[in-house]
Amino acid sequence: MSTSVSNEPQRGTTHTPVGLIAFAWALVGAPLAYGLYQTVKTASQLF
Amino acid sequence: MAVPSFLARERIIARPGFNRWLIPPAALAVHLCIGQAYATSVYKAALVANFESNLKNIGYIFSLAIVMLGLSAALFGTWVDRNGPRAAMFVSAVFWSTGFLVGSLGIATDQLWLLYLGYGVIGGIGLGIGYISPVSTLIKWFPDRPGLATGMAIMGFGGGALIASPLSRQLMSWYDPNYVPSGVGANVASGDAVAKLFLTLGLVYLVFMLFGAFIIRVPAADWKPAGFDPASIKAKPMITTDSVSAANAIKTPQFWLLWVVLFCNVTAGIGILEQASGMIQDFFREGGSSTVAVTAAAGFVGLLSLFNMGGRFVWSSTSDYVGRKGIYMVYLGVGLVLYVLLATVGNSATWLFVVLAALIISFYGGGFATVPAYLRDLFGTYQVGAIHGRLLTAWAAAGVAGPLIVNGILDSRGKVGELEAADYRPALFIMVGVLAVGFVANLLIRPVASKFHEPKAAVDAFTSPSTTEASVTR
Repeated sequence: MSTSVSNEPQRGTTHTPVGLIAFAWALVGAPLAYGLYQTVKTASQLF
Repeated sequence: MAVPSFLARERIIARPGFNRWLIPPAALAVHLCIGQAYATSVYKAALVANFESNLKNIGYIFSLAIVMLGLSAALFGTWVDRNGPRAAMFVSAVFWSTGFLVGSLGIATDQLWLLYLGYGVIGGIGLGIGYISPVSTLIKWFPDRPGLATGMAIMGFGGGALIASPLSRQLMSWYDPNYVPSGVGANVASGDAVAKLFLTLGLVYLVFMLFGAFIIRVPAADWKPAGFDPASIKAKPMITTDSVSAANAIKTPQFWLLWVVLFCNVTAGIGILEQASGMIQDFFREGGSSTVAVTAAAGFVGLLSLFNMGGRFVWSSTSDYVGRKGIYMVYLGVGLVLYVLLATVGNSATWLFVVLAALIISFYGGGFATVPAYLRDLFGTYQVGAIHGRLLTAWAAAGVAGPLIVNGILDSRGKVGELEAADYRPALFIMVGVLAVGFVANLLIRPVASKFHEPKAAVDAFTSPSTTEASVTR
């Protein structure tokens, strides 16, 4: 998943914690899932 | 205009090994918040009652915000590109949140002008800066899949309304126990509840957007994804590896052709979105009464929201494979055919009407999400954010033209909710013409002439002003 390639050897490398990535995605994913669920519920009234 | 050092671009240059999949949630954190702009209908009636005004005057608040979106994106685009995404997201968060807080004060003190100033002007500026803030950064992090990257962020703008609508209803129910959002005994929330809603949203959005601002990073100038060969881009004629400045871009025919493309695509989409609920009932009216119930019409609006959001991600991602010009031929060409079908046979079956309208709206959303990648293909990544900002004036113009065309025609036929399918045909056929104009404009787009390309030294000086001196990598 990590996809960095750089040609600057003088700079230190880093490692992005998987937990931080998961937390960030959860933070935006949870409200989005809530919104999707509510909208699907509303849309289902059409059928 | 200098920004504090903790917001500066050179402070957020990612070190080698940084995982680029942290960037889409940073962008989504902003777009999910500003997407609230499309959920204003939830409290519109409550504001009308609170200010003893009318829908038109309250509607101006949203219109003002969209106009400010276009203006601020066009005016501050170069500033956003120069100072980087953290500064832009921070400023956007402050403006967007302040807009809600000033608006809340206006509602609480019964001063409508404060709502215009707060949500419309101040919030609108946050909306414009926020909309373009992560776009060029995402394109730089995902040179191999720019359509996917911008699709993810701009999908968030569609998703923001999906979250804000039910959340606002829930919050207003808590703040006003007498408020019944729907069903038997439905009424409007009190002004006090809407003021508290604005206060809550302003604070929540501030925290959420600042989270995005503080995790965002820009790639180093020489960074590229593992396994990505920039030469593969060079092989495609419609994708440039050169750079065009925002000042030069607006002198090219390509910019204005794309402006027409976006304007036509948005105008046509708004034609359906604006009237969705009344339209489906009118299309299936027999002997004065509609076979589509009000609740089913609300479901139709919800379904369109889903396709609007989904189209942003699906079609923009698809454009990475079929090309930007190709996907716009689908949006505009297939969209045109769908509009003809909607006008002619759309009233023959409800399922057919729903399928046609949903596809048209998915193309509307796709048009928004694909345009930054199209700009990158034509003008390079150099000042793509600023160019995108200038192009968004097409959105603001379409936001005025679309409803003007549709409402003008429908008003001459009667009242939406009491019309029949035939009454919509003139408006729908005008949209067919609008899409045809957009289709031709897209066909005319060719690569930008080399006389508009920027010298490499100027590009390097703009994109990494201090990386050779005191860059701090994170």
